[in-house]
Amino acid sequence: MTGTPAPAIRVEALRKRFGSQEVLRGVDLEIAPSELMVVIGRSGGGKSVLLRHLLGLVRPDAGRVIIDGQDVTTLHGQALDRIRERFGVVFQGGALFDSLTVLENILFPIRERRRLPAADLLPRAQEALAQVGLGEMGHKYPAEISGGMRKRVAIARALVTEPQVVFLDEPTTGLDPILVNSIHHLVVGLHRKFGFTAVMVSHEIPEIFQIAHRVAVLHEGRIHAVGTPEEIQGSSDPAVRRFIHGEVEEQAV
Amino acid sequence: MSGSLVLDSIQGLGRYGLDTLSALGRFGVFLAEALRWAAVPPFKARQALQRVWFVGLRSMSVILLTGAFTGMVLGLQGILMLQRVGSEAFVGPLVAIALVRELGPVLAALMVTGRAGSALAAEIGVMRITEQIDALTVMALNPMRYLVVPTLVAGVVALPLLAWVFDVVGIYGGYLVTVKLFGMSSGTYFGQIRAFLDTGDIWVGFWKALVFGLIITWVACYKGFHVGHGAEGVGRATTEAVVLASVLILVLDYVLGSVLP
Repeated sequence: MTGTPAPAIRVEALRKRFGSQEVLRGVDLEIAPSELMVVIGRSGGGKSVLLRHLLGLVRPDAGRVIIDGQDVTTLHGQALDRIRERFGVVFQGGALFDSLTVLENILFPIRERRRLPAADLLPRAQEALAQVGLGEMGHKYPAEISGGMRKRVAIARALVTEPQVVFLDEPTTGLDPILVNSIHHLVVGLHRKFGFTAVMVSHEIPEIFQIAHRVAVLHEGRIHAVGTPEEIQGSSDPAVRRFIHGEVEEQAV
Repeated sequence: MSGSLVLDSIQGLGRYGLDTLSALGRFGVFLAEALRWAAVPPFKARQALQRVWFVGLRSMSVILLTGAFTGMVLGLQGILMLQRVGSEAFVGPLVAIALVRELGPVLAALMVTGRAGSALAAEIGVMRITEQIDALTVMALNPMRYLVVPTLVAGVVALPLLAWVFDVVGIYGGYLVTVKLFGMSSGTYFGQIRAFLDTGDIWVGFWKALVFGLIITWVACYKGFHVGHGAEGVGRATTEAVVLASVLILVLDYVLGSVLP
């Protein structure tokens, strides 16, 4: 791993066990500022668990997660909240609040944080919604819009606070290939515009190779390989090849 | 072999005891944390009002219905029994004191448990499994403040009000049966209530309803927060919330009934 002098996120020897199953067995990963890093790996292989460690939602058994020089695995309360205020998170199902309209969902984080004057809130939220191409959908409830639209709203909500780091947990699960590409284009476009650091967990192979700056392969609880999309695609490592070419393992269930 | 069997069962018992204790501990810690957040401004009044609406006003029809019939049954049974001993004049106080001290708070609480407690546990459970609670957390907006505190406040505010509505409707239900059906004079009915029902009874009912309101919402929030996986987990959390809240209400009714003056 080359790594830059000051990575935005550094994961060191992260271990996590749930019951008898050790999901993370010493994950090491460095993510550079403004990089778009995509973590791939098998379903149930711990990608989302890794992401939840970066967000401070899960405490590891061992290891550290350094973001902006602070170890989020040991932070609590207000110190953790201050770091999280720099985050934008797109959860797997969108995690939009059912009881609020689309526009209220986007307003929620900026209104509750009280960093902006009240008059700026609504234009800001509307702008964020327009950026994801849903300017007309503000009055609808999450249940009334399609899955693809919900993901877009979730992206708008994650970005409305102008985060420095954006985490995306499988933002394209359950979408058709055209929508997958449109979400990817949206992420790339917004990434180019705002220059945030992005960590995306994804299944979408080979589509993610077109958008990622670097790709990390999580295999058997460790980062098995990290590299540019070309390096990963050209890898001769059997585990990486099996995974990206979708070959069934001998012992696979 | 039998030695290890004995040892195993002792270990099993010990583990069961420890698991129960730690569950109780988590349950208590959850409330303590909620109360701590309730003390830290800003208070989310809008969320609390929505919850009062949900727990309180939307339970109103079921409270009116059950209150009326409870009072009517009390009036009917009371007058039939008291007629045998020639003391039917006391049916008013019998209905009123039974309602105000016991049945109003308890039955209103059980109704709210069934209607709102289950719905709250399911709603919060769904928010948990669809990561809406995690979304609040990573927005640096504490779910205790935004979700749990307003719900607990709503329980504590709504239950005493609902219990009073239950009491009043029940007393008029008793009036309907004893005065309109059995021909007792309404002066006797209400006059005897005024003579025997004192403010102490009303306070007992108030404290009970307040505690039950806290129990219902506390259990519902806790079960919703600690939901298992998927739809089955939400279903189980809902059932557990209703059963646990109902049992706690009945147990605490006895405890409070014997402790309060």
